[in-house]
Amino acid sequence: MRTTRSVRVVAAVLTSTAALAACSVSTADDEAPRKDSGKAPTKVVLATHDSWAMPKPLVRQFEKDTGLDLVVVPNGDAGQLTNKLVLTKDAPIADAVYGMDNTFASRALDAGILAPDAATDQPSSADAYDLPGDSRHALAPVDWGDVCVNVDDAWFRKDGRPEPRTLDDLTEPAYKGLFSTPSAATSSPGFAFLLTTVAAYGDGDTGEGGWQGYWKKLMANGARVAGSWTDAYEGDFTASGEGDRPIVLSYNSSPPFTIPKGGTKPTTSALLDTCFRQVEYAGVLDGAKNPDGAHEVVAWLQSRAVQEALPDNMYVFPVDADATLPAAWAKYAEPAPKPYSVDPGTVAADRDTWIREWTDITSG
Amino acid sequence: MDRHHVRLTPVLLAALPLAVLGVFFVLPVGEMLRLGLAPHGRLDLGGVVGTLTRPRVVRVLWFTVWAAAAATVVTVALGVPTAYALHRLRLPGSALLRGVVTAPFVLPTVVVGVAFRGLLAPSGPLGGLGLDGTPVAIIAALVFFNLSVVVRTVGPSWAGLDPRRGEAAAALGATPWQVLRTVTLPALRPAAVSSAMVVFLFCATAFGVVLTMGGGRYSTVETEIYYLTTQLLDLPAAAALSVLQLAVVVGLLALTGRARPGEQSDRTAPVLRRPRRSDAPVLAVTAVVLAFVVAPLAAVLVRSLRVDGAWSTARFAALERPPEDGTLRVPLSQALETSLRVAVDATLLAMVLGLVVAGLTARGGSRRWRRLRSALDGVFMLPLGVSAVTVGFGLLVALDTPPLDLRGSPWLVPVAQALVALPLVVRLVAPALRSVDPRLREAAASLGARPSRVLGTVDLPLVWRPVLSATGFAFAVSLGEFGATSFLARPDDPTLPVLVYQLVSRPGAESFGAGLAAAVVLGLVTSVVVVAVERLRPPGVGAF
Repeated sequence: MRTTRSVRVVAAVLTSTAALAACSVSTADDEAPRKDSGKAPTKVVLATHDSWAMPKPLVRQFEKDTGLDLVVVPNGDAGQLTNKLVLTKDAPIADAVYGMDNTFASRALDAGILAPDAATDQPSSADAYDLPGDSRHALAPVDWGDVCVNVDDAWFRKDGRPEPRTLDDLTEPAYKGLFSTPSAATSSPGFAFLLTTVAAYGDGDTGEGGWQGYWKKLMANGARVAGSWTDAYEGDFTASGEGDRPIVLSYNSSPPFTIPKGGTKPTTSALLDTCFRQVEYAGVLDGAKNPDGAHEVVAWLQSRAVQEALPDNMYVFPVDADATLPAAWAKYAEPAPKPYSVDPGTVAADRDTWIREWTDITSG
Repeated sequence: MDRHHVRLTPVLLAALPLAVLGVFFVLPVGEMLRLGLAPHGRLDLGGVVGTLTRPRVVRVLWFTVWAAAAATVVTVALGVPTAYALHRLRLPGSALLRGVVTAPFVLPTVVVGVAFRGLLAPSGPLGGLGLDGTPVAIIAALVFFNLSVVVRTVGPSWAGLDPRRGEAAAALGATPWQVLRTVTLPALRPAAVSSAMVVFLFCATAFGVVLTMGGGRYSTVETEIYYLTTQLLDLPAAAALSVLQLAVVVGLLALTGRARPGEQSDRTAPVLRRPRRSDAPVLAVTAVVLAFVVAPLAAVLVRSLRVDGAWSTARFAALERPPEDGTLRVPLSQALETSLRVAVDATLLAMVLGLVVAGLTARGGSRRWRRLRSALDGVFMLPLGVSAVTVGFGLLVALDTPPLDLRGSPWLVPVAQALVALPLVVRLVAPALRSVDPRLREAAASLGARPSRVLGTVDLPLVWRPVLSATGFAFAVSLGEFGATSFLARPDDPTLPVLVYQLVSRPGAESFGAGLAAAVVLGLVTSVVVVAVERLRPPGVGAF
């Protein structure tokens, strides 16, 4: 008697939970399980970082042209994305990947998670961005951007001080307490700036030389380390209205966004002698359920339509030199003539040591 | 013979929440620990010991524990008087104030962080204090985010205390202080200890607050696990720290489990009274707390309304219009709808599971059953004390084979949120259920009431308030949750916190202003929903 009652109680709880919760999630889930009928799969899954943004019409056009159904799965920042794919190597969470940058890509290569020859129709101008050491062409370059120190021109005009121009200038007494940069341990542009200083000053011992010595001088000159790009740019930077530091680490694509309403010129500029070039790649995952679809996605990311949409949607430059840039970009987002770079293999090998040393110097 | 059957229902009922916890929490975390501790199939504890004895780890652990403890003490010290003022006194607009106190709980840390820092920065109104980037700033922000946990846990419990006990004590000559110490506080202890525990876990695993307020200079166990996992993929070291995290949490649960007396005094429908002169200190504390809560909120609001140096609602208007440059951005209403839809699911799930767990943990019984009960209660606290990044990575690794290939399933988000809300629900409802005098139930039963009838006529009226409070809380947890949403398989269909994050992560004052405006909407909607839920009343449950 009692047994049946207890079963009834439990059954009631179970069914009511299922019924209640099914009311809205189910409407969001439109994936019918497909029987494998020998036809090529139509679903293709693209794993990206969470800055992914593409206009819907573009995505729809791609689906119409290829007959594929594109599912985009964001997976944190470039580091998280790479590591999740390395961890799930035996049961890939996607067919294609976009958003690994040149500071993480060599980890993906070393782990062997990518199929060779990702690109089927790469624009020739993109070859210059191929990852050094990627002999199997597992990574197709999609876009690039320069991480540079930005200055608030309006602030300096009002203040009368000359603007800084070089990395060395930032350690001068004239600029004491005026600089903010996101943490190298938690922010991708922050780490890129650390690499800039590694490339510029070399890897010294922990004495006074090398990048370590530079950072000691920088911190002694009142530089602030912020938790994230947003904290630095929106919180500390004078050009954003609230902050009190006119020098901040950001991108060479940031100035066009500071053109005031009704104005024609940005109120900020990027210092082109302080830049590190970040390149973002796409690839096909080894063991993908739909490798053909994955190749189509990579080709689409390198296609003219996507290349021209990149600047406005993800604030990066297309690798296709023939893609038209937005007017403000063409005018005010200048590429660094000689960006700093560090060999990807060295980055992979020394990332931990560098960040540990950097943390000790900046939190001292 | 009957006794075996009596036990069957609780066991079967407990199986449901335990199964959810097992699949979505124990399995993923276990898998990450296995990868870290036994990478080649053999347990390798040398690495764990090596990691945990690094001087840096000791420093990080120390900072985590003391900052979280300090934040918890301050939160409880400020939260208890505020709970009293907002739940026991007849104050003008107290429902509104209860909503205001809840708003911080759902606001994205990145937004509040910028506002907070705007107040503390050298050029800000509080710049003279020199707190920018100090541990004090981190602790203040933690208190700000977690005050509502204490207010909303202790408040309903206080509201239901029978005032006659205190009056009796006073009639016998006890001073107000003695009444507070000997009658009121002991009765509130379960709720206060419960909420302190939750606050501590929230503080110890805080991530965004530590980064934003500490400027990347301070590391906690949580930021360290995040860094080791996401940047270095150093799973052995991350697993060692996760074990440490678990040990601290389990130790704490054991401690507080002892400190929580099982019973509470009788409950009545709440009686609000006018503030008297003797309430002045409480009202003063409450005023300070409200000022402290309102200042950053006001900073966010003001900044969202300032456009090019003038007052304007343009940012809010722009949220609904798709941007002209063809960029991807959903209108505010769509993000809000997504958020609410997920929140309804998460809340229902949290409430059903939470009521089951609360019902089980509130029953009397043998000593062994009681011990089992407090273990059960503790088990559901674990998700609050374990790094989100560990669970997130673990989900991907553990749930990769059918029938459990749930990666990319739309269920992940509401379930993850429900698991965060679950302990809060249990902590709000269980003490109330426990305080229902079993003799009432027995009387009803002996008069022939079926168990369901007993539940409806005896238990429900007495626990209705905490249940509503818990529902509002679960809703708030879901609305403000950001971590699990990184599993949303639909970047073109973001929740409101994700939309805020998208907006503040792009350059340009316009976009940041829009992000602030969206955050204001999120805070407002949450406050309104939470206050509205609290005012619901089932037909037939006594008016108050």
